[in-house]
Amino acid sequence: MSVNRPRHGLHLLAPLQVAADFPILSRHVNGRRLAYLDSGASTQRPRAVIDAVDHYETHLHANVHRGVHSLSQLATDAYEGARERVRRFLNAASTREIVFVRGTTEAINLVAQTWGRGNIGPDDEIIVSALEHHANLVPWQMLAAATGARLRVIPIDEYGQIRFEAYQALLNDRTRLVAITHVSNALGTIVPLRRIIEAAHHVGVPVLVDGAQAVAHAQVDVRALDCDFYCFSGHKLYAPTGIGVLYARESLLQAMPPWQGGGDMIRTVTYERSTWNDLPYKFEAGTPNISGAIGLAAAMDYVEGLGLPQVAAHEHELLTAATAALMRIPGVHIHGTAAEKAAILSFTLKGVHPHDLGTVLDHEGVAIRAGHHCAMPLMDLLGLPATARASFGCYNTLEDVEQLETAVRKAAEVFR
Amino acid sequence: MQLTDLYREVILDHNRHPRNFGRLDPHDAEAKGHNPLCGDQLTVTVCREGDRLSDLRFEGNGCAISVASASMMSEAVKGLDLPAVDALFQRIHALLTEPAASSEGLGKLAALSGVREFPARVKCASLCWHTLNAALAQTDTTAATVSTE
Repeated sequence: MSVNRPRHGLHLLAPLQVAADFPILSRHVNGRRLAYLDSGASTQRPRAVIDAVDHYETHLHANVHRGVHSLSQLATDAYEGARERVRRFLNAASTREIVFVRGTTEAINLVAQTWGRGNIGPDDEIIVSALEHHANLVPWQMLAAATGARLRVIPIDEYGQIRFEAYQALLNDRTRLVAITHVSNALGTIVPLRRIIEAAHHVGVPVLVDGAQAVAHAQVDVRALDCDFYCFSGHKLYAPTGIGVLYARESLLQAMPPWQGGGDMIRTVTYERSTWNDLPYKFEAGTPNISGAIGLAAAMDYVEGLGLPQVAAHEHELLTAATAALMRIPGVHIHGTAAEKAAILSFTLKGVHPHDLGTVLDHEGVAIRAGHHCAMPLMDLLGLPATARASFGCYNTLEDVEQLETAVRKAAEVFR
Repeated sequence: MQLTDLYREVILDHNRHPRNFGRLDPHDAEAKGHNPLCGDQLTVTVCREGDRLSDLRFEGNGCAISVASASMMSEAVKGLDLPAVDALFQRIHALLTEPAASSEGLGKLAALSGVREFPARVKCASLCWHTLNAALAQTDTTAATVSTE
């Protein structure tokens, strides 16, 4: 276990040992030590996840929920074991509330196309925030276009924080859903979900949370949050791509029609009609991403082994150091300075386009994201075509922060 | 692969001081270019005298590669006949994508040869050329739009 002795009652992460758990981090990029600061886009995988997937592929694979043969049973046990692991991770009441999907995007589309089509009609309103990723905006726009509903957008203040009073004013008797991010992928803002959910529930409105940027950085307890839907992707939680989770209250899932039809989601089929399988299988048509689910379970074991509070404390330390380091550089402007912020640092350097910054940093071995971060309306609101974004994970170190600072200084020099 | 292969002095200079920057009004045609991947936006306005590209300007915002490429393009094509503009477009396209392409006789534009070592940046350099092409293909003054995606 990569932790140090307890100090102030909290085990501190030993960042170098954590980094050593991730094979890819030992490689070089463009002849430089890799400083991977793009975990907001996708995290890397620890050896434990790579091994778990490898073990499954080597020893256990067959289709799930089908065969009477031993391998099928082993694969089913592993897959359903992963579902139970996810339930514990989120503290959901039942595995019937855990639907495996491709990722956050698919989870949100599933809700929009099933729950949404059944519960949202002409002149109804869906509340989103100005911080949303396209994944939590476009599916609702599509639903609104199909049903005649309207999107209402919660504004943000100059620090990138939700304007809570404006949100309260938007809630009305036409509101059918609040769909909101947990953590802004572009600015790092942590949204005050409990207050948001409480206010929505007060007027009988359910809340969907886009948790893509949150699950790797804080303990999520869906029952404590009291959210109705919670969506996230495995690949932002140290797991493989192509696996994600939709959590939804059992009562909502029961009432929702299936989304995709096919094998596994049915109980009986005749040429004329079909009846649906129990939860959560009603929403898992076709052979699922079995190895992805197993990788996700291993990733949850891994991060909970480190301790999510420890990961959060470590990342906060990196954020503080990186913020101070960048602010020392003349011409750097940091976008998003919310009081409650995850380890995401969006910035620009005067006179240097973020793409040029990205190229110079890449040349120095520093991987960051440069662009609109799939949040074009937010970029328009900020009056920026793009920003550079450094985002941190459990494996980052102060050495990564130093390498970032040096590389940004280099960019300033090239474009002087 | 060196950074200075990409950010050559002539490119940095054109980025700092873009030539033919702005709009031509009146103009014979206008086209907008957009790279949705990075948000680069470019508008090219052109004036023609028969088969000759008599004048052009560009405006917008983008990275150093896209601004410098547009600036150098504007200098290179101004006054050329349309077939010559097209021939130059073909040569630049080859320069940006084909390892064996020659930069001989291209003058300043040869500085773009470093871009092909940075595949993520090829679209930045080619956006202005596609936008110019769209403007020259215009038969009326309603703006055409091209996208790199």
